[in-house]
Amino acid sequence: MSDTNTQVRDAAGVDLDNPNLTRFDIVREGARRDGVEIVHYEAQYPPGSKGERRMTRIVAFFFLLTGIMSTLFVIAFIWWPWEYELGPHASKYYTPVLGLTLGLALVGVGLGILTWGKKLLPHEIAIQERHDGPSAPEEQKLTGNTLQFVGEEMGLGRRPVLKWSLLGLAPLGLAAAAVPIGALIKDPHHPDILFKTGFAGATPTNPIRLMHDDGTLVRPEHVSTGGQITVFPNIPGGASNHHADSPTLLIHLREDDAAKLNGQLYTINQGSTWSSFVAYSKICTHAGCPASLYEQQTNRLLCPCHQSQFLITDNARPIFGPATRSLPMLPISVDKEGYLVATGDYKVPVGPAFWEKD
Amino acid sequence: MKRRKVDLKALPGKTAQEVDTRLPVATPLRGMLNKVFPDHWSFLLGEIALFSFIILLLTGTFLALFFEPSLQEVHYDGSYIPLQGVQMSRAYETALDLSFDVRGGLIMRQMHHWAALLFMAAIVVHMFRIFMTGAFRKPRELNWIIGLSMFWLGFTEGFAGYSLPDDALSGTGLRIASAIMLSIPVIGSWVTTSLFGGEFPGEIILSRLYILHVFLLPLILLALVSIHLGLVFIQKHTQWPGPGRTNNNVVGERFVPRYTIKQAGFFMLVFAVIALMGGLFQINPIWLFGPYEAAVVSAGSQPDWYVMFLDGSTRLMPAWDIRFLGYNIPPLFWPTVVLPGILTVLPMAYPWIEARWKKDKASHNLLQRPRDVPDRTGLAAMALAFYLVLTISGGNDIVADKFHISLNAMTWAGRIGLLILPPLAYYFARRLALGLQQHDREVLAHGVETGIIKRLPDGRFVEVHQPLAAPDEHGHTDLPYVGWTVPKKMNRLGALGPAVRGFFRPIEQPAPPQQEEQPREEITSGKS
Repeated sequence: MSDTNTQVRDAAGVDLDNPNLTRFDIVREGARRDGVEIVHYEAQYPPGSKGERRMTRIVAFFFLLTGIMSTLFVIAFIWWPWEYELGPHASKYYTPVLGLTLGLALVGVGLGILTWGKKLLPHEIAIQERHDGPSAPEEQKLTGNTLQFVGEEMGLGRRPVLKWSLLGLAPLGLAAAAVPIGALIKDPHHPDILFKTGFAGATPTNPIRLMHDDGTLVRPEHVSTGGQITVFPNIPGGASNHHADSPTLLIHLREDDAAKLNGQLYTINQGSTWSSFVAYSKICTHAGCPASLYEQQTNRLLCPCHQSQFLITDNARPIFGPATRSLPMLPISVDKEGYLVATGDYKVPVGPAFWEKD
Repeated sequence: MKRRKVDLKALPGKTAQEVDTRLPVATPLRGMLNKVFPDHWSFLLGEIALFSFIILLLTGTFLALFFEPSLQEVHYDGSYIPLQGVQMSRAYETALDLSFDVRGGLIMRQMHHWAALLFMAAIVVHMFRIFMTGAFRKPRELNWIIGLSMFWLGFTEGFAGYSLPDDALSGTGLRIASAIMLSIPVIGSWVTTSLFGGEFPGEIILSRLYILHVFLLPLILLALVSIHLGLVFIQKHTQWPGPGRTNNNVVGERFVPRYTIKQAGFFMLVFAVIALMGGLFQINPIWLFGPYEAAVVSAGSQPDWYVMFLDGSTRLMPAWDIRFLGYNIPPLFWPTVVLPGILTVLPMAYPWIEARWKKDKASHNLLQRPRDVPDRTGLAAMALAFYLVLTISGGNDIVADKFHISLNAMTWAGRIGLLILPPLAYYFARRLALGLQQHDREVLAHGVETGIIKRLPDGRFVEVHQPLAAPDEHGHTDLPYVGWTVPKKMNRLGALGPAVRGFFRPIEQPAPPQQEEQPREEITSGKS
């Protein structure tokens, strides 16, 4: 950089009305006044050269490509069959055709602009000085004093009453917070939604029947030995997302497995199985996904979200993965008409754990 | 009647003067046109995020014209025959309509989703570049913090968008999110029921996510993007060291025309890539997943890629439950609440941590090559290894399935790998950086390897080196190490001439063949 040179020219000043100045001279002078020195400015191809004409043709080609592709895009958008049809049909290609034409149109305009800017515009190197670092000490002092003066004029130091009265404004902030918080807040314990499911209210004398997701009731013969099905409480909306904590896995254990399970039932699960049938909550105790991948050979339930594994012959105890709690067991029985029923709600809250859940 | 003649040629100048009398812009405008920007390919990574964000705003506005975030139950009777008559939420129905009954709706949906993935990818890669080159150092700590905040905002924004269509995957994701909120000690259950308006899923959550997704978060992102770019503008972009480049100047091209034109072209190319992907590559085919039902899930459920590292951390977490006095902290809390907290606070504080560690409180406008700061490069490799183990573990069931590996073995490999690989990555990256640095110094001292082996009179063989400057009597050159590219090959020095250019045939005519083969001059300079 030619610092001294700049100084000299600055002192002399460039006469902008000088008719001998080219426009680039004026541009360079403007940049100089902005603290920018254009140290190198050179056309990449001499004007009128073969290379320049070639680059011009390339830019024109790209823009032409854009014109053609955009036109094709509009034509396809309007006339290509787009409404859904089953099976192989031209409408399946609607979105790919739109993407291809729009994409190529944009490729054309992008590459055209880039070629124009990078090849046809002169190559330049410009240098600009940075002016960072702190402000001048004098400036800092002036501004600092101005701010301090404002503080003094407000006079909080001199007027203690005002200082204390500011505390009186605090409730305004409370009021601002109260509206959104107060409107949004919902007590998880009244009603006790986290501890109850769609089976709430079931008792041995007044049980709730189990049903399939289509609403038909469940009989023991619906589940083959070693098989499992998903059942829901037979209440209005019992299979819908309104009772997202109620889906239950009904498993028909093989005889030996049933004996094994009944031999090591937790106290809380005593009396909850019926014959060789057992029902576990389908909602994983880890993060709430349906733990629904049932491996018949090993008697394991796998949750596909985080791979917690539960052993159904041992109270659905977690044996691998991040889950720490067994799947809750639903107490079941069969009523006089031969339908499977729940004789009570889950005895521990179903689904993921939380602070108040022991 | 006499018509006033309008001089078209003088019109722009006249208009400009009219504007300037009302709003004097000539000086600040020229300052802006002349502002100098340094140029390097790695400075364009952030732009990809910016351009994707613009495309997200455009496509998102289109989608909002047709989408209804309602959990009201309806029976589908749209064009997609396999789902006709199925009970579903209005949100899922309108998302299906966008895919089948709105002309061009599917490509907009897919472009929106791809742009979101690209947005997050560009942010991550850009952040990695900033970290590896030390661009976060004083005076740019604030912009580093803003960038990190935008990563988490984009993360939340993406998750909200993923949850809106109410398909099987989004509902499952939302359920996990509710479980994560539940796991927060003391207030978890209150926070969850308050946000969901009761028990999961409730009736209101989609409306709340919708206002977050289309208004609050984009607004905050837009504000932060503006501040981010404003700070780059005011503080001026960093630059690599090199000839003529100092800590106190910027060497590059002026904002207008070259820089702006290149940006405009690059925007169009990013747009093109997103349009091509949106049209040609299917993403999130919600009609195949079906509506969300609490009892239904499929194997291989994966979140969008930028969520996978947290999915992985959740999968790897051992089953550690903390229980006392009838209360408990579930294991879900550590990998999904505590870990992201650490991953936010630690990087935000890193500029100050490094300043203390390296006892460097100066302002820096020159970037550092990764090899020139081995400790930081090691840390970056360590972070990357940590992140990759988590991300791969986020899909460990797919890996186990495709490669016939035991799923449990994959989980254990992830747990052990998470502890062992990062320190190894630190060690190797650090050694690699030091080795590269050493080689640069060697070339500066001895010159470039020529590949020519010379036999000395005493029978030894040595390779001839081409010094980069006039050597002293020992054949050494005393060139300063400035932290910038050192030529390593002879053709970098112009000794071999450039390769012949042209794809199908040479663009340039080869030089006419010489009549006589001239005896080659033996390279004698340099001793070792």
